[in-house]
Amino acid sequence: MEPGEIHALLGENGAGKSTLMNVLYGLYQPDEGEILVDGKPLKLKGPSDAIGAGIGMVHQHFMLVPVFTVTENIMLGAEQIRGGIAGFLDRRRARREVTEVSERYNLRVDPDAVIEDLPVGIQQRVEIVKALTRDVDLLILDEPTAVLTPQETEELLTVMRSLKAAGKSIVFITHKLGEVKAIADRITVIRRGKTVGTASPEASRDELAALMVGRNVRLTVDKTPATPGDPVLEVSGLVVDDDRQIRAVDGVDLTVRAGEVLGVAGVQGNGQTELIEAIMGLRPALAGTISLAGDRINGWKPKKVLRAGVGYVPEDRSVDGLIKEFSVAENLVLDIYDRPPFGAGLALKPDAIAASAKERIEQFDVRTSSADAAVGTLSGGNQQKVIVARELSRPLKLFIAAQPTRGVDVGSIEFIHSQVIRERDIGTAVLVVSSELDEVIGLADRIAVMYRGRIIGIVGPDTPREEIGLLMAGISPDEAHDAVAAPAADKPGAATAADKPAAADGGPASDAGPASEDEA
Amino acid sequence: MTNPNPQSGSPDKEPASEAQAAQNALGNTERAEVATEPDRSAAKPGPEPEPKPSLGRFFLDNLWAANTFTVTLLSLVLAIVVGAVLMIISDPDVLSTYSYITSRPSDAINSSWTLVSEAYANLFKGSIFDPEAFSGWLDGANGWQAVLAPISETLTYAAPLVFTGLSVALAFRGGLFNIGAQGQATIGVIMAALAGFLLPLPPGLHLLVAVLAGALGGAIWGFIPGILKARAGAHEVINTIMLNYVATYFLTWLIVQNGVQDPNRTDAISKAVDTSAQLPRLLGDNLRVHAGILLAVLATWAVAWLLNRSTLGFELRAVGANPDAARTAGISVTRTYILIMVFAGILAGLGGSNMVLGSTASALTPLVVAQIGFDGILVALLGRVKPWGVLLAALLFGALQAGGNRMQSYSGISLELVTVLQALIVIFIAAPALVKAIFQLRAARAARLQTSLAKGW
Repeated sequence: MEPGEIHALLGENGAGKSTLMNVLYGLYQPDEGEILVDGKPLKLKGPSDAIGAGIGMVHQHFMLVPVFTVTENIMLGAEQIRGGIAGFLDRRRARREVTEVSERYNLRVDPDAVIEDLPVGIQQRVEIVKALTRDVDLLILDEPTAVLTPQETEELLTVMRSLKAAGKSIVFITHKLGEVKAIADRITVIRRGKTVGTASPEASRDELAALMVGRNVRLTVDKTPATPGDPVLEVSGLVVDDDRQIRAVDGVDLTVRAGEVLGVAGVQGNGQTELIEAIMGLRPALAGTISLAGDRINGWKPKKVLRAGVGYVPEDRSVDGLIKEFSVAENLVLDIYDRPPFGAGLALKPDAIAASAKERIEQFDVRTSSADAAVGTLSGGNQQKVIVARELSRPLKLFIAAQPTRGVDVGSIEFIHSQVIRERDIGTAVLVVSSELDEVIGLADRIAVMYRGRIIGIVGPDTPREEIGLLMAGISPDEAHDAVAAPAADKPGAATAADKPAAADGGPASDAGPASEDEA
Repeated sequence: MTNPNPQSGSPDKEPASEAQAAQNALGNTERAEVATEPDRSAAKPGPEPEPKPSLGRFFLDNLWAANTFTVTLLSLVLAIVVGAVLMIISDPDVLSTYSYITSRPSDAINSSWTLVSEAYANLFKGSIFDPEAFSGWLDGANGWQAVLAPISETLTYAAPLVFTGLSVALAFRGGLFNIGAQGQATIGVIMAALAGFLLPLPPGLHLLVAVLAGALGGAIWGFIPGILKARAGAHEVINTIMLNYVATYFLTWLIVQNGVQDPNRTDAISKAVDTSAQLPRLLGDNLRVHAGILLAVLATWAVAWLLNRSTLGFELRAVGANPDAARTAGISVTRTYILIMVFAGILAGLGGSNMVLGSTASALTPLVVAQIGFDGILVALLGRVKPWGVLLAALLFGALQAGGNRMQSYSGISLELVTVLQALIVIFIAAPALVKAIFQLRAARAARLQTSLAKGW
């Protein structure tokens, strides 16, 4: 690492990136080898040694106390004390330092805000400020963009550039190729704990991806045009509140037909989660109707919805999708354990469960030491494959996948995408929600963009990225269209798609104002 | 005393893994153990394949590794050592020899050894096997009953503890901390006793009805905190503790009511349970062991089956390990919470009925339930919240009780020492890092040592 350099560390999940950085930060002890700082070997007994040596780290999962203010969090671990033995905390001085650092690097944070009230992007900024107040020269960012919206990611990249300008070195751990190319000066690719190559940012995405997984991968999804059938899922006028009783879904109309993939794009936190949870019966619908193949399913319990032929990949696999302590085999029957052949009456059939697990593990290429291994010991990609295998191993009418490839390595992404398309091709209606625009564009036959609890527009997959990006930012379809100044040829496709559910257009249109109503 | 402090620093070393361990504590303990062997062999095939260790070698390797079994055993040893120190300190005669230990160390050592070895020998003779009774039986000086008497006592004390231990363990596995086994057992004992002396039923049926009445009483007392937790989100720890008080004072009040109190007595004691409702004795009238222990083994088997082989147990473990994922998978978390508490109540209620339908007592008194509910928590922890583990732990606690009685009468060591021993065992088990540090155990890789206590709060 050189001063003022952004060094990207690229690798699949479980490649050893985070472990390496934890060694650098003194959290783990190296079994062999040494760390050189300014040419001198360094023995790190703990994070405080690392900070002393000028190494700071921003963890993937933030290490902040939610109920403390920004200043208090930054003081934590290096409390300034005044009043001698009485030991009062010197909040004022700490606060001044925070303001100073955040101004110097153009990282605006309110020193008195309470962490839990701040959006994720700002919390991350607090972590960076925290590291900077410790006078570090080398900043390690462990998958910093995994939790950020595209806008926040953009802001983070700007911050990184300004830090670089100030002479700080940054190690940037990620598996997102686009960001690496956008910002890195040098790229090191790690696979299975070994450095497999160094690349310059000019290298193409395909080259980098091939280095990461050790073979060539397709980043685009191969698929034939969809042959949509009858509507399977029909949602109209749906209104849902989030956990804080704030309106999250505000009059959504959607139709998903058999044999097509409807992609829901949008910056995270615009009601996608709540929309899906309402469909699954996990969250009450306050108004509107949800129907599945003609049956009204409002108020059904999740079990009944699942039984009716809905497959569901929840967005947070470790919280909602899997039971980490349970074995792979048990997780593979988590929502069908009581159906034949796995359960008969009150009894479970361990043999049937084991046999089916063996089959699924093979079919879905789950890499695990055995079917009895706890699912928590698997890598993220393989955990996700377990969920996908579970949900796709029974006959479905509707398959809902929320963030199906979040935190998943490139090889698994490819596999999961192909499984989604396979399910579409056998005539299942598929609803994919993702905050990765590339994923939505790659998978979807129609793209619905969600903004502030509404579907702001439904467009075809050939719509330019920029136009969808503007929609995601809340610019109404027509304005977005004009802004991009797309050729007129593109327009009919978008318009017909948006026309289909007539009511859907009504929502955003009234929002956009009279101009768009005239057009309609 | 013998408690060096540096161990307390060890958790700081790897906070992340400790937190992880705490998270996994429940339900994982079982897998951790089972997984030990395959994991080791599976994870190993690195660059140099090691020669396959022989079975004996493997056994020795694992013996000194910090797995749950070794730690449990060593916790017992530690508790016995600390108990010995306490005996020496509490005996003025022995203690006085320590005032001149530098001039005549043999006095102190000999007197201490005599005291401690006799006390523990009596503990053993009173709970498992008395060689004198055995030689007496060979000589014809006493009958065979005397040989089996220690075992009979142990089983008698163990039976109710199996039930309350299972009650706590089952709730634990479902993510609930059932402090209320005591209250559930109390209501169980009341219902069983009332059915035992109020209902004029034929033998056999009467017993069945009385046992089921006890189970029903426990079920009701478990259902209340269960539904409060499921519907109102009230924490089960608080509610079960409070319901313990309600149950205890209800019992005290009930005993002196007309129709319940023994008409020939003025003190707080109820009528006696009809003989038709009493659990049959297994080894004749001179030995106290009764059919309760058979029911206890049956219950252990049933709970083991329920947990590991039934859909209900699957739901229960899923809810215990990750309620969010369970809900997403269509399992009704609220329904499961209620069921867990009802089942826990049934088990504790059965434990309670043992106390009045068995040989321990035949009438209600304010202290008829003793401490079986609270001891059940310790038994569940000692048994690592696994059904068969609970059975073994209950047998150990039963043996300590039975042996403690003899130790008190023969060696003059207070019965309370047994309670102290029980507490020490559980403390050491709840602090595996301490045991590991004292004995310098190697860390077993897959067998994560966790305290079952970590979750539930």
